[in-house]
Order: sequence, then C-alpha cells, then structure tokens
Amino acid sequence: MKKSVYSIWFVVPVLLVFGVLFVLPTLISFFFSTQVWTISDFRFVGLQNFVTFFTEYSLRIGIKNTLIYAVLTSGLKVIFGLLLGVLLTAPLLRSKNFVRSVIFFPNLVSTVAVGITFSSLMHPTKGLFNSFLALLGIKGPDWLGNPDIALFSVVATDVWKGVGVATIIYIAGIQAIDRTYYEAASIDGASGTQKFFQITLPLCRPAMNSVIILSFIGGLRTFDLIWTMTKGGPGFATDTMASIVYKQYAAGFYGLSTAGNVVMFLLIAVIAFPLQRFLISREVDT
Amino acid sequence: MHISKWKKAGILVLAMALSLSALAGCSGSGGEASSSAAADQPAAESTAEPAAEPAETAGDDAGATQFDGAEIQFMIDKDAVMDGHNAVFAAMEEKFGIKTAIEVRMGGGEGDNIIKTRLASGDIPDVFVYNTGALLQAISPADYLLDLTDYAWAKDFEDTYVAAASVDGRLYGVPTGFSEMGGVLYNKKTYEELGLEIPKTWEEFKANCQAAKDAGKVGIIGAYKDDWTTQLIFLADEYNVVAGDPNFPADFTANKAKYATHEFALRSWQKLSEGAEFLNEDAMATTHDVAIQMLATGDGIHYPMLSGHLSTVQQNYPEAINDIGVMGIPGDNADDMGATVWMPGGFYANKNPSNLAAVETWLEFYTTQECWDIYAEKIQPPGPYVIKGLKLPDDVYPGVKDIQAYFDAGKTALALEFASPVKGASAPQICQAVGSGLTTAEDGAKQYDADVEKQAIQLNLAGW
Repeated sequence: MKKSVYSIWFVVPVLLVFGVLFVLPTLISFFFSTQVWTISDFRFVGLQNFVTFFTEYSLRIGIKNTLIYAVLTSGLKVIFGLLLGVLLTAPLLRSKNFVRSVIFFPNLVSTVAVGITFSSLMHPTKGLFNSFLALLGIKGPDWLGNPDIALFSVVATDVWKGVGVATIIYIAGIQAIDRTYYEAASIDGASGTQKFFQITLPLCRPAMNSVIILSFIGGLRTFDLIWTMTKGGPGFATDTMASIVYKQYAAGFYGLSTAGNVVMFLLIAVIAFPLQRFLISREVDT
Repeated sequence: MHISKWKKAGILVLAMALSLSALAGCSGSGGEASSSAAADQPAAESTAEPAAEPAETAGDDAGATQFDGAEIQFMIDKDAVMDGHNAVFAAMEEKFGIKTAIEVRMGGGEGDNIIKTRLASGDIPDVFVYNTGALLQAISPADYLLDLTDYAWAKDFEDTYVAAASVDGRLYGVPTGFSEMGGVLYNKKTYEELGLEIPKTWEEFKANCQAAKDAGKVGIIGAYKDDWTTQLIFLADEYNVVAGDPNFPADFTANKAKYATHEFALRSWQKLSEGAEFLNEDAMATTHDVAIQMLATGDGIHYPMLSGHLSTVQQNYPEAINDIGVMGIPGDNADDMGATVWMPGGFYANKNPSNLAAVETWLEFYTTQECWDIYAEKIQPPGPYVIKGLKLPDDVYPGVKDIQAYFDAGKTALALEFASPVKGASAPQICQAVGSGLTTAEDGAKQYDADVEKQAIQLNLAGW
C-alpha cells in the first residue's frame, strides 16, 4: 500500500468540531424527537410526535410550498445566473467589473434586511411597487397579503437576492473553459449560438451542478426570508417546513419540533443525495 | 511576487486576529459589568434588609433605602405604552436610586419565543413583562421566577388576579396595570356623523359596519401584520359563549367540549369570519400602530382590541381620546351585552436577580398608590386596578366610563385564557386565516381544536 503523504492526524481537529457540533446533535435529536420535553425534564411518547407532526393541518401546505419554493428559486437562479454569467464573461462588455459588483451586491445585505425592505416595497397601498403601478393606471395586487401570489413574491425576492452567487459560480466555471475550444470552433465557422450550446453549456456543467445543488438545498430549508416577509401567512398560505418547525418550537413544543427537524433532515437527504449523484453522472470530462 | 503574497496572507491573519480580539473585548467588558453588579449585591442587600417590611419603605420618605447605582434590567414588549412606566422609572431612580434599563422585545408569538428561549438559556432580565393566565402556565415559572406568594404587599391583590398570575398555588406576578375588557374600540365621532346607534346584537353591529363602508370608511380595522391582534373577535366573544353555556371553560379544559361542535363557541368563529368583508383592503400589511391611527383619525370606525390600548390612543393621539368608546362583542341576545375581561399582565422577577433587594423594592413600589398616581399623570388608567385599596383618579375619559358600566352592571366574564390553561399556540394564524376569509369558520374551529391538543399534551393535562 502506498504511504499517504499527509498524516491522518491532520483531519482530527476538523472531525472533532464536525462531530461535536454536527453529528452529535443530529444523533441526539433522534432521541429527543421521541420525547415530550422541556429544558428541565422529558417523558417518552414513542412516535407520537411524528404522528402529531404529520397530522398537522399546515404541513400539507408546508411540504407543497417547500417543494415549489425550492424548485422555482433553484430553477430561476440556474437560468438567470447562466444568462448573466455568459453576458458578464463576454469580451465586448465594458465596465464588466462594475456590473458584476452590482449583481452580487444584494447578497451582501442581510436576508432579514432584504425581507423587511421588500415587504414595505410590496405594501398594497403605500408600497413603492403599487404606487408606481398606480401611476400607470394599474391597480397592483396585494403582493404578500393575497394567498395566491404571496409565495411567488417571496420567491422573486429570493431570486433577486441569490442570483448573484449563482452568477459568480457560473463566471468562474465559464472562465475555466479553455479558450482554444472557442478558437477551433471559430475556425470551423461555428456561430455564437452553436458555441454556447456545444461548448459553454456542456463545459460549465460542474458550475451549473453546484448552483443547482446549493440553491435547491437552500430552497428546501428556507426560513429567514419567509419569516421576515409573511411569517408563513396569510393564515398558513406561505408556510414552509422550516417555518412550521420554528413555530412549533416557539410555542414550546420542543419534542414536536425536534421530530419535525428529523423529518426535514431525512427529506432533504432523500432528495439531495440522489440529485447530486445524478447530476455528477452527467458531467463531461474536459 | 511571493513575498507580496505572504504579506497579504499576513495582513489577513492580522485582520482576523484583530476582529476576534475585538469580539473578545466586547464579551469581556460585558462580563465585567455584570460581575461588578454582582459585587454590589451583598452590600446593597444588607442595607436593604429592613425594606422587606413594607411599612418602612412606604412611610419613610427622606432617608429611605438607597440603592445608588443599582440597575434593574427590564424587558417589555414593543406594543406596550411606555409614557406612564417611564415616569415611574424616573421616580424610582430619584426615590431609591434604582435605575431601570429597558429592553424591548417583540410581541405575540415571536415574543413568547424570546421569553421561553431566554428563560431556558438562563439569560433572564431582572424583571420582565409577560402575560398572566394560560401562557404563564407554559413557561414553568417555578424553575425560573421569583416566588412572590409570601410578600406582605402581595396580600392585597384581587383573587382573580392571584389566580391568573399563579401556577400550582404559587404567585409570580405583580400587576402591570389594569383590568381590561376585550371588545371593540369605536370612533364615537364617526358614529354621530353617520347617525349610528350602539349595536345591541351582532346583526346590528354588521349593519353599522356596512354603513361605515358605504360612507367610504373602514368597517372593521384589521391590523393583521401584527398577528396577535387577529384573535380579538374570537377571544373577546367569550362573554357570549359563557352566557350561553356557563360550563364551557370547564368542559373545554376537560376535553369534553370542542369549538367545532359547541353551539355557542362555534359562533365566535362565525363572527370572526363574518367580519372579513368589512376589513381594510391592506389589512395584511397593517400594523397595530397604524390601526390605532386609523381609529383615532376616523378612517376606520371599529377596531376589535383590548381596552388597555385606549392608552395607546392617549399616548399617540391625545386629541382623539375623548372620541373613542368601548363596547363588548355583541351577541345574539339584545338584552344581554357584556364584556370579556382580561387580567393585566405581570411583572415577573428573575429567581436570581443581580440585586434582589432592589428588585423587591422595585416590585413593591408598583403596588402602591404613589406609583400609580405618578403613572396616571401621564397615562390615565384605562380600567379598574386589581389591587385592593388603589383608587382611580376622578376625571376619566369616556372610554373608561363605558368599561366601568359593564363592571358596575356585573356583565363580565373572564377570558378563556384565565379560566383554562389550554390555549392554542397557532391561534393568531388560524384567526388570521378565518378573519380574512381564507378559511371558513367551521374549518378554523376544527383546526383550533386540533391545535389546543398539542398544548394539552405538552402540559400533560388529564383527559387528553
């Protein structure tokens, strides 16, 4: 057997931190999800918490919303990120760096601040969006108060905030593509569209996969933006799994919310691992 | 090239080290402050020992206990009316040398969460304001809060308040103010302008809402962005529920009566639902503060709210306070209109405060006439006190007279959260959905029945 260059002890500090702060709490949470507990004591209830969690009225809406949210935000970021990435790596564009900064900027602002800002922009009667629409003679909708569109308003905000990261990943991926491919294609007389579909798209696949995985998992466990913009309301119309778990925790139902977290953990794992395997299997070698 | 790279890395490490040490500096100085407060404690306590005898502090003005520099960490919710309390704090600083450092927390469910988390993590302010009744049960006060049962000054609290601020027979709260009634705050001026009569039944109430709507005003002001306000019609209808079935609170606690199937209790949800058509169109984005403004300026005619928020009107729109009246949620029987009564919240003290004697003096002061006279100079009491012997000032505004009339006639019932430990945690969201017409009254009642079950299981109540 080949002797490895680095000693195994190199990973010990990291493993220790990871074990104590991530693995251990995860295992403990499996235990506490079978208890009704407060900070001072606990009593065993078997799978009662899971039963209660799954019979929760808002859960059906919550799971549906979580999936819609994850698919939409992830999909939109993949598309817009790619378009912006291609645009910003194009050789012709001037003041490229400035535009890159502008697109990345929303990401520097805290999500809570973004949520509060957008919920006032989306105020149905006094908000900037509807005031502007009113100038054009259009009566704007109640962006966050109408249960049919509230979720999409939050999705749009999430995309506005998150597309910068996707763009940066794409830019890195596109710039890593060897220029000689493009030169060879030009000599062969390939059009811009052909170059995009035959060279850029397949070769920035790894970047695209990162964007998909990151934004999809981010979407599945989304909480902060939902909470600052709608608190899961009106009623339960924009509840996601994370906001349901949080509300149960806030109500003092610690066992129930632990069970909810375990369910969420399993759900994300069940979706994310196969997704990642699938995506990696589709990558091509450069 | 290489050198500059190393330089860069060095600068980075330095920057990180600096920022870390800055953080450490913060926590260090914070720790110092609290430890010096702790160091003060024994001395202050020994001088304060006699203060435990109530007669001395109350009577002895000049040389009274001095707690020079003692600071009480005090937490209160963001919707509380502060003018009166601030005057009291100033008086306490002058009289006892006790400073009150105010920290503002969120209200509603978010506030519950803050309280529970801070209690659980041991980061408890010396004194904080929280609900009495069902919500108090849920924070296991015996573990965290100072037991006030045996203090002499607590003997004059009225029995209903003692019941509401106690868990397992031990008292934890000092009243933060006044009995309130839940009902509808309404604009009397608009009533006159539109030639409306005070409604005696729910149907008449709806007719008035319609009249206001026809006149271009908001029939029922909804402040649904602050989700706790959505519950008022539902919770304040309790008088009518109990009028129909006096056993409802007991049966509900014992898991024998359900909202979805109880004739009178279901009615509360129906009323909430029927109000939806009169709400302001931006109700989902409207906050409590804006709702008070709409009521005071006459943009809206009815605001279902706790009467204690007359104080908010007085604080923010003093010129309008004489225009605001209070009525109970009308029932279906024109001869029996009554008020659902809320006990005031409680000042609760940390079991291990930074300065026990100062906290005791602070709490005791809040039981005295002197304190409430100082308070009343800023904010008039919006309802009766719950401490025996305290007297209201003579000149009260019209809203308070409305409330007093219900008390004088004996037409009151305690809100369910004071008659039963069971209160659904999702009540604000369910009420938001029903009150805005997203969910039917029947479905909402069913959801609520399922919701309270979780609370009952958490409290380990018999019969669930």
